[in-house]
Amino acid sequence: MSETTANNAAQTGGVQFDTAFPKCVRIESKPHLYCPGCGHPEVLKALGFAIDDLGIQERVAFGIDIGCSLLAWDYFNLDTVETHHGKTIPTMVGLKQSRPEAVAIAYVGDGGAYAIGAGHFLNAAIRNENILVIVVNNAVYAMTGGQEAPTTLPGMKVATAPAGADQYYIRAPEIVRNVNPTAFVARGIATVQPALRQIIKGAIQHQMEGKGFAFVEVLSQCPLNWGTMGDSKATFDILENKLAKAYPVKRY
Amino acid sequence: MGNEVLGRAARAAGARAMFGYPISPSSEIMHFWAGEAVSEQGKKDRIICTQAEDEGGAGFMMIGSVLVGTRAFTATAGPGHVIMQDALSMAEAMRLPVVVYVMQRGGPSTSTVIYSQSEVNLACFGGNGNGYRVVYSPATLQERYDYGIKVFNVAWKYRFPTFLLGDGYLAKMMGEVELYAPEERGIAIEPTEPYLLEDKRVRELEQVVPSPELQIRRVGGVEYACLRNCLNLEEETLAVNMEIKEAFDKAAVEIVEFEEYGPKDADTLIVAHGIVTNAAKEAVDTLKEKGISARLFRPITLRPFPEEQLRQAAKGVKRIVVAESAIAQLSRLVAYALRGTDSAPMAELSRPSIGIVPREIIEAVMSARLTYV
Repeated sequence: MSETTANNAAQTGGVQFDTAFPKCVRIESKPHLYCPGCGHPEVLKALGFAIDDLGIQERVAFGIDIGCSLLAWDYFNLDTVETHHGKTIPTMVGLKQSRPEAVAIAYVGDGGAYAIGAGHFLNAAIRNENILVIVVNNAVYAMTGGQEAPTTLPGMKVATAPAGADQYYIRAPEIVRNVNPTAFVARGIATVQPALRQIIKGAIQHQMEGKGFAFVEVLSQCPLNWGTMGDSKATFDILENKLAKAYPVKRY
Repeated sequence: MGNEVLGRAARAAGARAMFGYPISPSSEIMHFWAGEAVSEQGKKDRIICTQAEDEGGAGFMMIGSVLVGTRAFTATAGPGHVIMQDALSMAEAMRLPVVVYVMQRGGPSTSTVIYSQSEVNLACFGGNGNGYRVVYSPATLQERYDYGIKVFNVAWKYRFPTFLLGDGYLAKMMGEVELYAPEERGIAIEPTEPYLLEDKRVRELEQVVPSPELQIRRVGGVEYACLRNCLNLEEETLAVNMEIKEAFDKAAVEIVEFEEYGPKDADTLIVAHGIVTNAAKEAVDTLKEKGISARLFRPITLRPFPEEQLRQAAKGVKRIVVAESAIAQLSRLVAYALRGTDSAPMAELSRPSIGIVPREIIEAVMSARLTYV
């Protein structure tokens, strides 16, 4: 074991580096393009392991939205399509209806799903479309420079709410459960990998069994736009205390 | 009814999926498909008809469907056509053969649900690209059927978003149409091919999708295609645009269609498209009786525009009259096609969102000055 491998193995709790990535990851595109400390790679990793576990790499159609999710366009060896902002859900809907044996996964940020794509998101849930929607909730618009999202918590100071965001925010799993009693609905958190993998795996199985809409929101950190770059304690304090308090991590 | 004709044309062309959002005057196209989807034969043919939450949803569902090799289409009009441009811009960038039946209604804004020719700019040049789409403008109910089939073949052969640009009058008009199966006329149906979830293609993705938008990897004998439309560098965007342009220019020569009516040596050239063609033909006949020699030039494809053919037609004429139910949408295409030539001045009969009768075209011709160039 080389020193680097040993180092990585230590950081990953004894798991060697070559197994630290899911098999369906495209190694040539690593290191990934996300900012240091970003939660996206953790969410993608959990998704990758779920796909490995189910042995469905060849069947997945991976749709990614505009925003930080677009950086995942060549993250995996999966058939992947980047769409327009907020439009990944309908793209996957059309794909899945036309090719039912595909496993259609829409990977979207909170702005893409809950603001510009809210109509698509909600109506896909109402129609019980047989797709999986993964929404990464980091409480801001990240790629465009930290503007207010429907998920921004009250008082949080962001580029378009310099005096602090207002009172209300979206609790999407609760809404989806309201319009669709049979959907798979869960909220996970990027920092608890084993649970996140299980949730995503369960959500994919829901689709593969033809049960309809599956929705996983994942709380994720954005050190850059939270102003906590380099201060992991502050970053994870926000994620695990503030965000997870407003947005309970559980099955709905 | 004109809209049912299009529904039947799509069916005859082997289309399998329609994704739409109701809007007058196009809705009956979706009504027809909804009926097809629940019919015995429709179920056998796995026909899909999905009513989306809006035109953005419909447009992107259509894209998702096309990505796995489905002959898919939508139908829209006016403000819906505006919203649809989001998806059409992506289809243009990635060369996805989506098919759109547009039934033009009054504009700008919500306007009337009845008629116009004011979606020419939008169909030809909508979106934030450079207008690499194919746009057909049928003039009769029969042509709606003929071109309603053709648009699918052109889309899948050349891989550009392809429009049938209809109008509200023809959409709602009743009349006789000869329906046929394409094979009865020797029309072969262009095969479709998936962009995703496919290993063996007749035409490789590299020959279709602009190179900066595509990455293909083979792992364990399986091909994985990654498609993007968000690019990092200006140079990549330049490459995308130039690759699309090259493909379009090459295809344009084969795609352009036009019709001419009236004597070849006419003094007057009338240019009209779509339903106005019919009034223009009658005007040509009536003018002949009055001793005025006029000829109609009618672009059937507005994009690519039959530029060279129009330049030939305009040679030696002493006046040009453009008639359209819009302001300077067709005439701008005409003026652009005639750029750099010493053609006669162009008079314009612009009747936005109003039907044009032969008398108005005759008056426009009579009041246009003859210019000897």
